[in-house]
Amino acid sequence: MFKIVRKEVLNPSVKLMEIEAPYVARKAQPGQFIIFRINEEGERVPLTIADYDRDRGTVTIIFQEVGKTTKMLGSLNEGDEILDFVGPLGVPSHLEGYRKAAVIGGGLGTAIAYPQAKKLHELGAEVDSIIGFRNRELVILEKEMKAVSDNLYITTDDGSYGQKGFVTEVLKDLLDQGKQYDLVIAIGPLVMMKAVSELTKKYGIKTIVSMNPIMIDGTGMCGGCRVTVDGKIRFACVDGPDFDGHLVDFDEAIRRQSMYRKEERQALEEYECRLRGVQNA
Amino acid sequence: MPNMSLNKTKMPEQDPNVRNRNFFEVALGYTEEMAIEEAKRCLQCKTKPCIEGCPVNINIPGFIKLVAEGRFEEAYDLVRESNALPAICGRVCPQETQCEMFCVRAKKGEAVGIGRLERFVADWYLANRKPKDEKAESNGIKVAVIGSGPAGLTCAGELAKMGYDVTVFEAFHVPGGVLMYGIPEFRLPKALVQKEIDVLKRLGVEIKTNMVIGKVLSLDELFEEGFEAIFIGTGAGLPNFLGIPGENLNGVYSANEFLTRINLMKAYRFPECDTPVKVGKNVAVVGGGNVAMDAARSAKRLGAENVYIVYRRSEAEMPARVEEVHHAREEGIIFRFLTNPVRIIGTEDGWVKGMECIEMELGEPDSSGRRRPVPKEGSNFIIDVDTVIVAIGQSPNPLVTSTTRDLETNRWGGIVVDEKTGATSKPGVFAGGDAVTGAATVILAMGAGKKAAKSIDRYLKSKREQSQEQK
Repeated sequence: MFKIVRKEVLNPSVKLMEIEAPYVARKAQPGQFIIFRINEEGERVPLTIADYDRDRGTVTIIFQEVGKTTKMLGSLNEGDEILDFVGPLGVPSHLEGYRKAAVIGGGLGTAIAYPQAKKLHELGAEVDSIIGFRNRELVILEKEMKAVSDNLYITTDDGSYGQKGFVTEVLKDLLDQGKQYDLVIAIGPLVMMKAVSELTKKYGIKTIVSMNPIMIDGTGMCGGCRVTVDGKIRFACVDGPDFDGHLVDFDEAIRRQSMYRKEERQALEEYECRLRGVQNA
Repeated sequence: MPNMSLNKTKMPEQDPNVRNRNFFEVALGYTEEMAIEEAKRCLQCKTKPCIEGCPVNINIPGFIKLVAEGRFEEAYDLVRESNALPAICGRVCPQETQCEMFCVRAKKGEAVGIGRLERFVADWYLANRKPKDEKAESNGIKVAVIGSGPAGLTCAGELAKMGYDVTVFEAFHVPGGVLMYGIPEFRLPKALVQKEIDVLKRLGVEIKTNMVIGKVLSLDELFEEGFEAIFIGTGAGLPNFLGIPGENLNGVYSANEFLTRINLMKAYRFPECDTPVKVGKNVAVVGGGNVAMDAARSAKRLGAENVYIVYRRSEAEMPARVEEVHHAREEGIIFRFLTNPVRIIGTEDGWVKGMECIEMELGEPDSSGRRRPVPKEGSNFIIDVDTVIVAIGQSPNPLVTSTTRDLETNRWGGIVVDEKTGATSKPGVFAGGDAVTGAATVILAMGAGKKAAKSIDRYLKSKREQSQEQK
């Protein structure tokens, strides 16, 4: 069992949890992920590691409540325990040797972009961060990102906070103003990572994206997380989750992501129905 | 008086048209009377060729004699002396190519049902007796076992019996490896696997789940933590794909993923259990091994109307056990032999809608000694399917080997070992099972685990002696 030692509500649908997992905390690196399972009937869900504290023996995860499992996790509190928590999985991000990086987070992706920005900053790189959200209410980790960035740009789709528009527009402006980056990291929804990769390809800037496909074991055993990179099948769990954004087949990844949409909706509806039943009883 | 019937005592089975809709066990096992009747078919011959045919050399005539006399508990104890997981082996061993192949009775008629009797004694014991505490006195020496499949569990059990403090590391949330995620409930009930594992725990074996060795701890770190020897039994968990267009369409699974969703994650109980699986109306399973049979029969149980086994050679070359093929056929699985897929066809939005195949014919024998299948030019045709399951084999999982520099592997990714001892290129590290051989059988993995346990014992004893001499 793995204990939740801290819980924080970052925005109405995004929560942070610090989980006691000393073995994972000892080895975790930015870019790696964990898989958790809440209970005996639960599914295995991968989440990228948002932070870790080797001394406290804890790993921080940040998640958006989108389906049954993430809603259930979000309903747990400090002191509660979850059944399984395994990691660190995947290959750590290679962040050494860069001088000037743009780190781009889209929505929840900001939570995963944060440890990367932090690590680049610690390694002495100049970091410009661009984080985008749908609206002001959904902005997360502004303070944290600011602390590890030389410049922080925030966008919202509706203009309720920061600059109105998309992260790609800010990146394009910066590039057109003559900013030079030797690395762009883009983490967020597939469509956003695709848009950033298309843009940076034109400018010839190396771009790393973090893929988070459907997976079960996370050890290369099921092949469910396969991604086409440069025309070849790669497994996100053991070959990634970081890949060269210019070589990823995003359209295929977007399609594969939707494979269980119907079942996801069904599970969520039944869960919420049960919850309402309990509340009404 | 021996029972001179030419045929094995029949074992009751669920009716094919009932069982192809449920996940309960197909074969129901012998009653005590049936077991005694079958045990009496053994002639207790002097040569005992069956024992040579068993990878773990169970005293087969010995335990069968005890069954014939109704001494079931003693029969179980005798089997357990050589086999840590009898309830499992009695179900999934290919006895027809091992012990039973050498049985004298098979010269005229059917062999003695050795597998059925092994299953009977194990089931009888688990149902009628409480597992004994068999914990040996600890010698204080720590050994790590990586992977809790048949190889790892057997190695762990043997070492624990010798007094070693054994810790098994398992990447998944439950132990059992392929016994849990791979082999379906209807062939090997999971509660039974759990019981066999509980028996091992009573020997003092400690099992740590959720530990991906190679990631969370390296082999060197295990040594630093005080383990003096390591056994790697990480299995063949890397699925092979066909390398044809359309393989990443929605609706294409590796057999590993399909079976793991069903067996380990209990997708057949969705939405009560959270993990879903997609089984279309028409399913093609590509491959001819036991895994292909398991996938096809599972798909049928989950409601698929037509399930095809698509295999590029003919029935005679199929690697699956005859019994599994027979069961699959009874359950309505359709076999398409001498057929090879060339591409998977998708709908506009990326879902499988068909599979283009080509007819094959058998040519000259290839390196495996089987006749090589050759495509018949222009014979392409399309099967209407909405799910494709690729079951063409697995390679050894590279997680441990890729993170351990001084561990030699062959070009297939298998760990290179000394065949006699199971020793790898890294001192103190031993390996066995599918991680060495590539996908093979449960009993071969168990045999390798048992052999490695003996080598580990020898290695640790000589290490002790050397260090004492130095003092």
